[in-house]
Amino acid sequence: MRSDIRASFGLKVAAIGGLLFLHLPILLIFLYAFTTEERSYQFPPPGLTTKWFAVAWAREDIWGPLWLSMKVAAIATGLAIILGTLAAAAMARATFFGRNQITLLIILPIALPGIVTGMSLRSAFALADIPFSMWTIILGHATFCIVIVYNNAVARFRRLSGSIVEASADLGANGFQTFRHVLLPNLGSALLAGGMLAFALSFDEVIVTTFTAGTGLEAKTLPIWMLDELIRPRQRPVTNVVAIVVFAATVLPILAAFYLTRGGSETAGSDK
Amino acid sequence: MTARAILPARGPADRLTALFWRRPNLLLLLLVSPPLLWLGLVYLGSLAALLLQSFYSVDEFSGLVTEELTLKTYGELLRPENLDMILRTVLMAALVTLAAAVLAFPIAWFAARHARGPWKAIFYLGVMLPLWSSYLVRVYAWKLILAKEGIVTWAAEATGTGFVMNGILALPVIGGNSLSTSYIGTFLVFLYVWLPYMILPMQAALERVPTTMLEASADLGATRGQTFRTVVLPLAMPGVIAGSIFTFSLTLGDYIIPQIVGNSARFIGLAVYQQQAYNLPLAAALAMIPIVIMVIYLALARRAGAFDAL
Repeated sequence: MRSDIRASFGLKVAAIGGLLFLHLPILLIFLYAFTTEERSYQFPPPGLTTKWFAVAWAREDIWGPLWLSMKVAAIATGLAIILGTLAAAAMARATFFGRNQITLLIILPIALPGIVTGMSLRSAFALADIPFSMWTIILGHATFCIVIVYNNAVARFRRLSGSIVEASADLGANGFQTFRHVLLPNLGSALLAGGMLAFALSFDEVIVTTFTAGTGLEAKTLPIWMLDELIRPRQRPVTNVVAIVVFAATVLPILAAFYLTRGGSETAGSDK
Repeated sequence: MTARAILPARGPADRLTALFWRRPNLLLLLLVSPPLLWLGLVYLGSLAALLLQSFYSVDEFSGLVTEELTLKTYGELLRPENLDMILRTVLMAALVTLAAAVLAFPIAWFAARHARGPWKAIFYLGVMLPLWSSYLVRVYAWKLILAKEGIVTWAAEATGTGFVMNGILALPVIGGNSLSTSYIGTFLVFLYVWLPYMILPMQAALERVPTTMLEASADLGATRGQTFRTVVLPLAMPGVIAGSIFTFSLTLGDYIIPQIVGNSARFIGLAVYQQQAYNLPLAAALAMIPIVIMVIYLALARRAGAFDAL
């Protein structure tokens, strides 16, 4: 069947069309950040201006959420890197009782819909009388970020040859020296890639966050700020400027993660 | 003088290393317990709290949660408007899943079997980026597209097909004032946002279809259509089912999209979010619905062998 070697015209059109369907809508976000019309989504924009970037910069209510989102994503990613790496180190080679159940437990927070994870945490905070704060947001984010780091790290651990650890021990290194000088340099890029993906995921997470942030102003992450603007729009182009920032803050780490792990069998992100 | 076979321990780090060497299970336990404690405490604990909360009820007069086990809250789920909502959500999830499978197939097939060199990377990133990049921004993009004064209306008028648009919007139930306030709009956004989740597992399954099988099918005289129906589709099915788990589950649990694009009809996720402010037990009981549906779905998928393709 020749068609397997050369794609038919129809297939090419459908495949490339599908890919464009996935990407073209984002361009509108960029276009509308420059429109002079702030009350509707009129197309084509009546005029173009760059003033909204300055307006967004001057808006006090954006900096707090931006800073909070950065902090939450950084701390959640840090926790996820530690916990995910530990889990990966234990699970990579060893077989033990309950191993499959532990794998399931690690995947569950991302496998169940966000609303379930969010509502579960919300119920737990209510039952335990835990007040909402930045830490309740981090608790939720770290939980679903563990699996991201774990997936990247476990693939790298499996690929690493066990003999380098033995060689290190034969040369007199203790376990900690082996970790510091042999394992860590080999794991580095996989952990970095996992961390980048976890950061991107946390930075833009909104569903779980709405359940764990409470209603206070001090607990407003950037995605929650954006959600508010979408439901009750004020200066619409400003929302677009922020959307561009959020988009960049998630796309750049993903590209970096792809670059860090390219060519390997465990290219980052192939299993969300 | 005898050579020392064992070097002296240089400090606590060496002694610990020796201990771990003698008892590898101890090391394993130390490694696995922090993540296990976190997930067990935070996650399983929360799920248990959800289950417990769903058996509580709210006192109608005080509005406070009564911490006594009762089935009253689950009884509220059986009200006709709630049953409607469950049906509506499941129907939407099923339609989104079907449409995603149809739309994803050519992309997955091309990426798996035809893309070479730079195209391989383009397709890989082209699917991966939307999967990971900001969900909210991508939903917002569709609010811009579907708005009454937006690009779709403009394009329809510019091409003289405005009457088609009006015809579609005039359809009962799925139509509406504009695309951004209709079921069609909600459906399109769901489809757009979850499509990458269908492409990836499908592509993984298609990559494993051996070329020799396609050749054998052709040698035996099958047309392309026959090969597709009798060889490719059955082999790709586990991937399709794996992808459908994502699209189905994500649609079932989403509450942002129907809130931003749609006719304000309630979906399960939206109901959970609205109730959590007033009636925590009811919100918890509502959140149990997607769990139950997904457990049933996963059991069916498992039987179909979907987990080999994950």
